[in-house]
Amino acid sequence: MRVNQKRHISSRKTVLLLLAIATFCVIFFMTFNLKGNISYILTHRVWIALTMILVAFSAATSTLLFQTVTNNRILTPSIMGFESLFVLIQTVVIFFIDAQGIPYIGIVGKFIFESLLLILFSLFLYRGLFTKLKQNLHLVLLIGIILGTLFRSFSNLLQRLMTPTEFAVLQSRIFATFTRAEPVLIVFSLVIATAIGLFLWRMRFRFDVLALGRDNAINLGIDYQKSVTIILLLVSVLVSISTALVGPFTFLGLLIANLAYSISGSSQHRFLLPTAFLLGVIFLVGGQMFLEHVLNMVGALSIVIEFIGGSLFIFLILKKVPM
Amino acid sequence: MIKIDNVSKKYQTIPVLKNVNATISQGGVTAIIGPNGAGKSTLLSIISRLLLADEGQVKIQNMDVVNTPSDKLATYLSVLRQENRFTSRLTVFELVGFGRYPYSKGRLNQDDLAHIHRALEFLNLTEYKDRFLDELSGGQRQRAYVAMVLCQDTDYVLLDEPLNNLDMKHAVAMMKQLRRAADELGKTIVIVIHDINFASVYSDYILAMKDGQLVYQGSPKKIMNSAILEEIFDTPVKIENIHNQNIAIYY
Repeated sequence: MRVNQKRHISSRKTVLLLLAIATFCVIFFMTFNLKGNISYILTHRVWIALTMILVAFSAATSTLLFQTVTNNRILTPSIMGFESLFVLIQTVVIFFIDAQGIPYIGIVGKFIFESLLLILFSLFLYRGLFTKLKQNLHLVLLIGIILGTLFRSFSNLLQRLMTPTEFAVLQSRIFATFTRAEPVLIVFSLVIATAIGLFLWRMRFRFDVLALGRDNAINLGIDYQKSVTIILLLVSVLVSISTALVGPFTFLGLLIANLAYSISGSSQHRFLLPTAFLLGVIFLVGGQMFLEHVLNMVGALSIVIEFIGGSLFIFLILKKVPM
Repeated sequence: MIKIDNVSKKYQTIPVLKNVNATISQGGVTAIIGPNGAGKSTLLSIISRLLLADEGQVKIQNMDVVNTPSDKLATYLSVLRQENRFTSRLTVFELVGFGRYPYSKGRLNQDDLAHIHRALEFLNLTEYKDRFLDELSGGQRQRAYVAMVLCQDTDYVLLDEPLNNLDMKHAVAMMKQLRRAADELGKTIVIVIHDINFASVYSDYILAMKDGQLVYQGSPKKIMNSAILEEIFDTPVKIENIHNQNIAIYY
């Protein structure tokens, strides 16, 4: 018992330490080099910081939940093509309901519509895949990559057929940048993310049981099918949030989830979830500051994170998956 | 009492269970034996709701395993499959603690802690409780899994080949512990087992399966008969009475 308590204390300490670093990063990001029209710059920075926090939350929780329910630490929603599917949905929506049509339903309305489509398609496409093919990681990975490529190619095709105005509207959505998210969408996402966060916190012990695998989870009285459906639904909403705000971010989730596994010292979701989330905030906000103020490279953050995350992915594939 | 009523199951088009009817009475150790592919594990999975039967139904204490809420069943029946590989890195204590989930839903109280310590004690794991599972030997790990299902404190405990990967000494120790769980704690233990001599010596009742059908059932004395075993396993078997136990010689 004593060693267990010690481990829990250290896992908690890790969370608190990360919380301190993340808070410091956010405050520093807001206040550093504050000159000129202060209220304008501050508002601008608040929106960017909120966007980054939302993206960190979505990437961390969607990846952790996805990996818990699929019992692996390599596949993530992004790698399995969720984001590409969302981009495809965005493309199709703009293609068929032209850019002028969007003001009628509003940005939030469009977001809800697109998320619902993503939920629908992901339940249809992925639900069977995880319960049936779980034994064969390689096959599932391959299917995911093929699906992702298919969605991307189809988006590309439609983008080529678009009028330049439509394409301009779309283009701003499908490249990861943190500076152009709509405030109304940020606020709306914040409300949804908070609701999801509270819900997840209530389910935190159930996730620990789900991580034991299907058979053990059923043995311990968990309604497995229902849990898988709920998690896929939440993952879809979270992917929608982050993709709608900043665009696709393939390897961020993989990076922070795997770092969380190794530094948390616990397999319990009450530690893993906050650890991964705070790591995400530190990576995004801290990384942005570092690149902007130290290296003078604005706008390169997504490239750097994708590079590190992508390298980790290759490393994990080579190291952990028995060939 | 577990009542198996006309259960059939196909994988794609291949039938693996054909109209199985059986009753497993409360208390004691029941062994399910049979050659590879006879449907033993499938039957165990259906009894424990891990797999849906195509036809027929299974009732435990008069509760249909498919319709009864899963969390309620988890307090009556526990099951351990053969393959247990976790992505989470868990200590023995954490693993055994999961056995309390059906009662505590994750928040362990004093009563749960008492159960955990009793289960650890019962399987001689107390000194290893803070070790990670990947730091244990195969035998210790197997004991930790069994401790988890015993900690679940259900009347019915189903185990799929609990002797897998155990050497002679640990296999005997495991069977003795299961026997004790039946005798001292009043559990009903159902095991799928390959070694028929273990079934002969430690079980009270044997269900013998072949080609998806229940072909014989009865006391070990009745089943440990060379004609019956030769029919089930398609191989010559001689039965010798050694120290008042029926031992099959088939090497």
